Amino acid sequence: MAPSVLEHAPAHGAEKTGLWSWITTVDHKRIGILYGATAFFFFLLGGLEALIIRLQLATPNAQLVSPEFYNQLFTMHGTTMIFLGVMPLSAMFFNFFIPLQIGARDVAFPRLNAFSYWVFLLGGIFMNLSFLFSAAPNAGWFGYAPLTSTQFSPGLNTDFWFIGLQILGVASIAAAVNFFVTIVNMRAPGMTMLRMPMFVWMSFITQILLLLAFPVIAVALFYLMFDRHFGSSFFSPGGGGDPVLWQHLFWIFGHPEVYILILPAFGIISEILPVFARKPLFGYTAMVFSGAFIAFLGFGVWSHHMFATGMGPYADTFFSLTTMLIAIPTGVKIFNWIGTIWGGSIQFKTPMYFALGFIAMFIIGGLSGVMHASPPADLQQTDTYFIVAHFHYVLFGGSIFALTAGAYYWWPKMFGRMLGEGLGKLHFWMMFLGFNLTFAPMHILGLNGMPRRVYTYPEGLGFELWNMVQTVGSFLVAAAFLVFMYNIWKAHRGPATAPADPWHGATLEWAIPSPPPEFNFAEIPTVHSAEPQWDARRAAGGQLPEPAHHSGAGIHMPNPSWRPLVAAIGVTIVWVSVLFTAAAWPWWMLTLGGVAIMLYGIFSWAFEPAG
Amino acid sequence: MALSTSLLRRLRPLAVGALTLTLLVLVGCTTNEATYPQTTLAPKSDFTTLIDDLFQTTFFWAVIVFVLVEGALLFAIWKFRGQPGDAEPKQVHGNVTLEIIWTAIPVFILVLIAVPTVQTIFRTSATPDNPELEVEVIGHQWWWEYRYPGLGVVTANELHVPVGKTISLRMWSSDVLHSWWSPQLAAKRDVFPLGPRFQKINPLWFRADTTGDFSGQCAEFCGLQHARMGLRVIVQTEAEFDAWVAQQRLGSPLVNGGIVAAPDTTEVPPTDPAIPGLPAPDDPVVVAGQQVFQAAGCMACHAMVGTPLAGQVALIGPNLSHFGSRRWLGANMYENTDENLAAWLRDPQGMKAGSRMVLPRELTEDEIRTLVAYLRAYQ
Repeated sequence: MAPSVLEHAPAHGAEKTGLWSWITTVDHKRIGILYGATAFFFFLLGGLEALIIRLQLATPNAQLVSPEFYNQLFTMHGTTMIFLGVMPLSAMFFNFFIPLQIGARDVAFPRLNAFSYWVFLLGGIFMNLSFLFSAAPNAGWFGYAPLTSTQFSPGLNTDFWFIGLQILGVASIAAAVNFFVTIVNMRAPGMTMLRMPMFVWMSFITQILLLLAFPVIAVALFYLMFDRHFGSSFFSPGGGGDPVLWQHLFWIFGHPEVYILILPAFGIISEILPVFARKPLFGYTAMVFSGAFIAFLGFGVWSHHMFATGMGPYADTFFSLTTMLIAIPTGVKIFNWIGTIWGGSIQFKTPMYFALGFIAMFIIGGLSGVMHASPPADLQQTDTYFIVAHFHYVLFGGSIFALTAGAYYWWPKMFGRMLGEGLGKLHFWMMFLGFNLTFAPMHILGLNGMPRRVYTYPEGLGFELWNMVQTVGSFLVAAAFLVFMYNIWKAHRGPATAPADPWHGATLEWAIPSPPPEFNFAEIPTVHSAEPQWDARRAAGGQLPEPAHHSGAGIHMPNPSWRPLVAAIGVTIVWVSVLFTAAAWPWWMLTLGGVAIMLYGIFSWAFEPAG
Repeated sequence: MALSTSLLRRLRPLAVGALTLTLLVLVGCTTNEATYPQTTLAPKSDFTTLIDDLFQTTFFWAVIVFVLVEGALLFAIWKFRGQPGDAEPKQVHGNVTLEIIWTAIPVFILVLIAVPTVQTIFRTSATPDNPELEVEVIGHQWWWEYRYPGLGVVTANELHVPVGKTISLRMWSSDVLHSWWSPQLAAKRDVFPLGPRFQKINPLWFRADTTGDFSGQCAEFCGLQHARMGLRVIVQTEAEFDAWVAQQRLGSPLVNGGIVAAPDTTEVPPTDPAIPGLPAPDDPVVVAGQQVFQAAGCMACHAMVGTPLAGQVALIGPNLSHFGSRRWLGANMYENTDENLAAWLRDPQGMKAGSRMVLPRELTEDEIRTLVAYLRAYQ
């Protein structure tokens, strides 16, 4: 390599700024930031919905919101947090860090990546537009038939729901193909599968889950579309259909979906613990295989969501035992995390606070999970606040704590700015306390007879005290996120001065400047272990110099393109046209128009000159 | 930053204290039946006792695992706290023996949970050999219908059963999914609407240990008023129950409680001449109420003793025969007082938005007064 020659060559691509550069970007890092910003916005929206829910439930017989609006709120809270919050926040980290951690310059299909983002954005906007028509989805995020039939849900609410989910599914499947191919094909020389960073491993397994689970919900939603718009009767008993079929299809998707939400979190935690304990991940191979085993079992447990449907003792026994089996690889993970910090030299930085908080909270969610893996006990617990407590300990105490840990950990790499440590720790303690005040009492309420999805509860059942405590806790959580946003704002007032490797990280993203140049690696590194950056640090005698800034001349990067956005708009129009099947005008013209736009986008992108 | 750091130092013990307190209260306050009348933790039947025993077993193991694992985590955090300048700790990559041990121990604990789980699955799933009373439970948006085949009784929302007898429930729905949940007596099971090729009638059974009035409600989201789909189970001594049945049978023309072979048929069932007739009302206000009931169109949705549709079972609204004996109104939503009943007749949508009850026409205050007297007259 001859830097003197390259330094005199013309710089690669002028610094790109402005709205157009973001609309046409195919850079995985920029797309990651777009995912992150959009998902955080939807996350705040879902949080706002939760706060209204908590205000309504703070006192018995409250009338802050109508029953109808409450049902819209809890449906949209669940749908938003899962599909528009946690999944795309994970996608932010997939986008930004999978290529960096495997030593690649971009994902395998950069324009498909942009397409995924635009479809996700349009799907999220579409679903939330329903609020403007007072027709937000109101049948629960699980949409049990036959409540979703036109007979019992004649409005547009359920149409917004299934059409929105179909659009989002396109984004998820396209992105999963992309990351799967990227991880299989684009690893740096020497990075065998068993040298991949654990975040890449868990992301890899997540993509497989996405590829297998999302087609199932797509089929179920197609059936629902035909039931609602074209006179079929897949799920309505009156027409010869079977409402339990919906539940099977939904949960064959829905349970793997739970692991789609938590496996990336496992990956983030497995990155952070070694760095701040200054010790390699304990039991790397066990971690890989336990993750794969969890994902595999995840396809054989779906009916544990259906114990109260009366499946009979043999099915109950099968799904109970497979569900309990999942506790074993999950336990292996927790023990290996404790093994990782055991004997280490723990550096108490903010990412480590959130990572340790994650372990502590996830244990509770796991234990309550084993309790309702027992079908007779579940006959009492299902559809109560005990379940709400359980999955918030897993998805908030688990996923959200891990994603927040990841944000503090990777913020300097993404933006070249360190988030404040004092504010970060304040954020942690407020969130930790608020989280437990909000969700711990739900265990008590659920076991003492408070059902889920109720817009209010009568006096005299003993629910008053804990509901009030929960509402106070939820506002503490909201305040914690205000501290987080203040922390971001404060960090971004200053210049981008973060070093390339502020935490003494183990993986490749820390070998390049913060924020990384468009091409990531001036020279593709060669990898000899699972901790390449620690190898380099040791070889250099403990201290590494800041990596040199490189002009990038001579490095070919994909050109920006607006065509993915066009294809995304086409896909969205095709789906939105289903809203109008009852209209007086020929709605299928809109469908065909969408198809034409989509085909134009795809073909013009396929034949776009390489630049 | 100094400010927030010092603030943190002051907040930390507060946070730890609050958490400890929360946990203590969590452990201490969970089985108080007086505070939580709908609790699952005070079983009052053989069925829920089976479930509770199993829950206690899993909870016991969960608490042990919780204490040990969280303890190990906290100990490690405290013991291995480091400073920035510390020497690099020993680089350990794993330990196969440990992996085997911490795979085997959870397997062992899970076996201890799985064995009683499977036993309880089979015991709770089996239908009782000799049920002493069969009741059919039908979920509606948003109320419960109960039919007693063989007794000629149809009622709503309040299930009367005798203590110490094995009750067998057969359950389905007339519209969407619901879940009949009586936490102290029978736990819950979902009910499904039936169709020509979907005949999922779900069973549930229990034998109550004590008399009492137990609260429950629908547990599966079923639309707008899911939160207001309450129910009660009134467990009585055998004598009290027999007296209640005799009263409910007065004027009931139904054979087998109106249940003909297929559920939800609109066919009018045959009448039973053995059941005593209803004495004609002599109070003129009640008579006037009966005329309003028949003339205003109430019978389009409600069956009622002493009217031509007394035996009809597949109507939209609850069977109002002997409505005066019910303690609650609107599926456990309001007490069945004259004032609440009048308010309901004045504006059912105002009392329970979205309810299927639509007045055929606006009722005058006079009509409402006579209707209240009429409905109240049949205890």
